[in-house]
Amino acid sequence: MAMSEFLYLYRLPADSPNMPDSARNMQERLQKWTAWFKDLETRGYLRVLGHPLETAGAVVTEGGRTVHDGPYAESKDIVLGYSVVQAKDLAEARTIAGGCPVLGYGGMVEVRPIRQM
Amino acid sequence: MTTSLPDEHFFRRESGRLVSTLTRMLGVHHLALAEDAVQETLAAAVEVWAFRGVPENPSAWLTTAARNRAVSLLRRERTARRFAPEIGRLTDAEGTPGTESPVAHLPPALRDDELRMMFSCCHPDIPEDAQVALVLSLLSGFSAHELAEAFLVSRAAMEKRLSRAKKALSGTRGLFELEARDFETRLAAVHRALYLLFNEGYHGASPDAAVRLDLCREAMRLAALLLEHAPAATPATHALAALMALDAARLPARVDEAGDLTELSRQDRSRWDARLIARGLELLESSARGEVVSEYHLEAAIAATHALAPSAEKTSWGEIVELYDALLRLRPSPVVALNRAVAVAEQLGPERGLQALRSIPGTERLAAYPFYPAALGELELRCERPADARRHFRAAHRLARNPAERTFLERRIAECERQLSSGPHPTVRG
Repeated sequence: MAMSEFLYLYRLPADSPNMPDSARNMQERLQKWTAWFKDLETRGYLRVLGHPLETAGAVVTEGGRTVHDGPYAESKDIVLGYSVVQAKDLAEARTIAGGCPVLGYGGMVEVRPIRQM
Repeated sequence: MTTSLPDEHFFRRESGRLVSTLTRMLGVHHLALAEDAVQETLAAAVEVWAFRGVPENPSAWLTTAARNRAVSLLRRERTARRFAPEIGRLTDAEGTPGTESPVAHLPPALRDDELRMMFSCCHPDIPEDAQVALVLSLLSGFSAHELAEAFLVSRAAMEKRLSRAKKALSGTRGLFELEARDFETRLAAVHRALYLLFNEGYHGASPDAAVRLDLCREAMRLAALLLEHAPAATPATHALAALMALDAARLPARVDEAGDLTELSRQDRSRWDARLIARGLELLESSARGEVVSEYHLEAAIAATHALAPSAEKTSWGEIVELYDALLRLRPSPVVALNRAVAVAEQLGPERGLQALRSIPGTERLAAYPFYPAALGELELRCERPADARRHFRAAHRLARNPAERTFLERRIAECERQLSSGPHPTVRG
């Protein structure tokens, strides 16, 4: 079956109390993320593991006139990182994203099909 | 890079280590900044490690990251002087203090960052309950929210307790305001805080058994830290560690398969942790070197007597009563008197136990303590007065602080009712 690729953007609202505030929930978060990626990999969904992103950065517009130092841009949320996942269609990609640990602490996964042609 | 996860206590240990180290480097007046830097560092580590796996040496990774984070936080502080000396201290190769550093005059034990932090948390200006909260917050990575749950207070109350204590701590003069001559008195306060911490885990009110277990583990970890550093490894420290090991040995049997609390006399002793018992006895033996018998010696001896008894019946109850008597002379407390009365009942029968319970001075201090009416109920039941027993168990049930206690008392009430409906019959000793 033809598979399609999807970009997952792990997002977290900038104003949510998203900082893990105790050793216990940091431990839990790391365990959940590790398990999530491992699961994606064993089930053959993971195309590109991707990277975590710094919250600070810059937005450059034409002529280099507008440069923002982070927290990133005007967006209301922060992109924590990204991955590329393969699935048979958007519906499946959405289902898979439903298991992402970021959902457990107020975040979301933006699922974007990568254009094939 | 490795893919294996650090063990389940990794973040606790690292959190305490990093906060202590950064606070030493930055000065205690920058406590809040050190805490922020550590929290941000650990949060970032979670994200980076989720993608890349845990590095070969995660502690070194965190130390470097936390130091960098602290530098950028210091730079961001608008009020920071341009050449803040703290930045220099953070950016030198090892971050280790130079020879003129104020730690040079400290007893060797206090050169360990975490120990020094522990001793600082037990500052006499900080109330005992706040000392315990502070230790857990700074050395064990507990959030205010988790502490509020563990100690059954509102989150706002816990935040207030912590912020007052942190203010007192960060307002102390110089680095941790500890002189060599303070060592002994401060060590006693540290013992007390760790003892309270352990007890909160062991007998505490939190409905979450996992949280209580964490408290016990942290108390044991911090006590072990004291043992590793010679001047802090006094006989009383050994006795305290022995007490914790011997009590903790019984933890696996305290809850039955259904998750219900099981009192000592009914526990399956084969489920006691033999390794912890051996460790506890060993510690108790090394605690006997000095001349001073501390309350921890006595409590550890009581725990050892239980640990060595093949069954509740074959326990040397007389010896336990004597140890409680000695403990009462050292630390008069209605809770100790309550435990003594229970031992008296085992030694001399339930009527004598009831007498002992009723003659405890200051029982009003036990008014909110479910174990007092529960003990009355237990002994009335043994005296074959199930109606009286039920009244006490019901009173205890109203005071119960968590589902485990409630379930336990409901079972005892049911037992009273069973006996009431089936008429008098011999009570079975558990």
